[in-house]
Amino acid sequence: MSALLSVSGLQKSFGAVVVADATSFDVRSGEAVGILGPNGAGKTSLFNLITGTLPADAGKIEFNGHDVTKSSAAARCKMGIARSFQVPQPFGGMTVFENALVGATQGAGLSGADAENHALAVLDETGLLAKANARAEALTLLDRKRLELTRALAAKPKLLLLDEIAGGLTEAECRSLIDTIKAIHARGTTIIWIEHVVHALLAVVEKLIVVDFGKKIAEGAPKEIMESAQVKEIYLGVDPDV
Amino acid sequence: MDWINALVQGMLLGGLYALFAAGLSLIFGVMRLVNIAHGDLIILAAYLGLSTTVLLGLHPFLALLIVMPLMAGIGYVLQRGILNQTLGPDILPPLLVTFGLSVIIQNALLETYTADPRKLPGGVIETASVDVGGITMGVLPLLTFAIAIAVIAGLQFIFYRTSLGRGFRAVSDNQDIAQLMGLNKAHVFGVAMALALAVVAVAGILLGMRTSFDPAIGGGRLIFGFEAVIIGGLGNLWGTLAGGIILGVAQTLGAKIDPGFQLLAGHIAFLVVLAVRPNGLFPRVEH
Repeated sequence: MSALLSVSGLQKSFGAVVVADATSFDVRSGEAVGILGPNGAGKTSLFNLITGTLPADAGKIEFNGHDVTKSSAAARCKMGIARSFQVPQPFGGMTVFENALVGATQGAGLSGADAENHALAVLDETGLLAKANARAEALTLLDRKRLELTRALAAKPKLLLLDEIAGGLTEAECRSLIDTIKAIHARGTTIIWIEHVVHALLAVVEKLIVVDFGKKIAEGAPKEIMESAQVKEIYLGVDPDV
Repeated sequence: MDWINALVQGMLLGGLYALFAAGLSLIFGVMRLVNIAHGDLIILAAYLGLSTTVLLGLHPFLALLIVMPLMAGIGYVLQRGILNQTLGPDILPPLLVTFGLSVIIQNALLETYTADPRKLPGGVIETASVDVGGITMGVLPLLTFAIAIAVIAGLQFIFYRTSLGRGFRAVSDNQDIAQLMGLNKAHVFGVAMALALAVVAVAGILLGMRTSFDPAIGGGRLIFGFEAVIIGGLGNLWGTLAGGIILGVAQTLGAKIDPGFQLLAGHIAFLVVLAVRPNGLFPRVEH
């Protein structure tokens, strides 16, 4: 299968802080990939580079066969890249439904009843339908996280980027979220998921990438990666020599 | 009866002020841009209306069919070509650039049309009037007021009921996220300015039929527009209409006391509102 997203030699630094250091990886169409790494490893910056919020210093990002390295964030969204934020950032002054409609009309390019029906279908899937007319700024944290997912899905993404969407949820909330993400993945949507809640990640992804100091330090099947010395060192502070 | 008459005339005048203000309110709401050249753009629209009526022999209302798209086009190009580059965390560049634009427009009008006061030929509609319960109302001011309500209602509809308006609100709410959702900020701002200047075209033509104008009076119209926006409350279009009416009524009542008090009374009303309700009478409930 061909690569939907192909990142090669991606380079980005803020002064002395390197957030992407010769990062290269491919994500196949339909794949679900998890990204692990300690805080400040450059995981969110990687998302910013892929979505176009941050311009790359060097390297290349190819999406669906097109070089998008220089494309605007808006253009990349229309091509099929959508993301959710770790700290939810809804359009606070608009209703939940209107937030979804922005994704459906601008991102997915739908109009009229098509856009409304799609927005409603996504709200139903993410469990926000009952709150469709609530103002986004009045939502609880869990609902705001759901709204992040809703808005991204409303744009009909080929590639969905999830940034710590399970963080701060209760066990039950987390389980229902995993089910939702599994269903999205089963429809063929490609997913890249940054998550510290490892069991949630492992329930969905087929591949793990580990980053630290902007460098990709491991990539492979989840089981192998979780048992690797590097991951144990980063996550558990275990010295690999012991 | 005289006082009631003054009150009614003031309300009708307020419709024109609301039209001055609506475009200002719109662009401030969408992109936080304070357009110092707004008044001069109104006068530019009046002169474009004059050229259209003279060259093509059209009634000023028909001239709108040409002036509105023309002003909208100017707005889009102006926004994408110049004003978008001035927008950022610093609020000073847009103020300076639009101030410079104001000077340029005034002088270009002076060169092209001279400083002589001009007026748009409205024909019989200028002098026609209707009598309601002993109060005589000019047809043109009544029409202006009706148009003001229609324009505000139209803008309100666009803002809250259309995909374009959702784009305006999304960008106004969070520019970065809006871009990630597929909205091209530069284009959205361009369309907002085009819409604002289409309203400016209406305001300019109605102003030109009501009174004589010359290249130097843009600044005064800008002040009336600002005052109407602030009295009504920032970001609230119906509030802007109310602000225009309050300003118009204050002016005509002031003129009733003494003709020299007209402008002063308007400014005093504005200052009183600012002192008592710094956010305006009807600040937007959102945010």
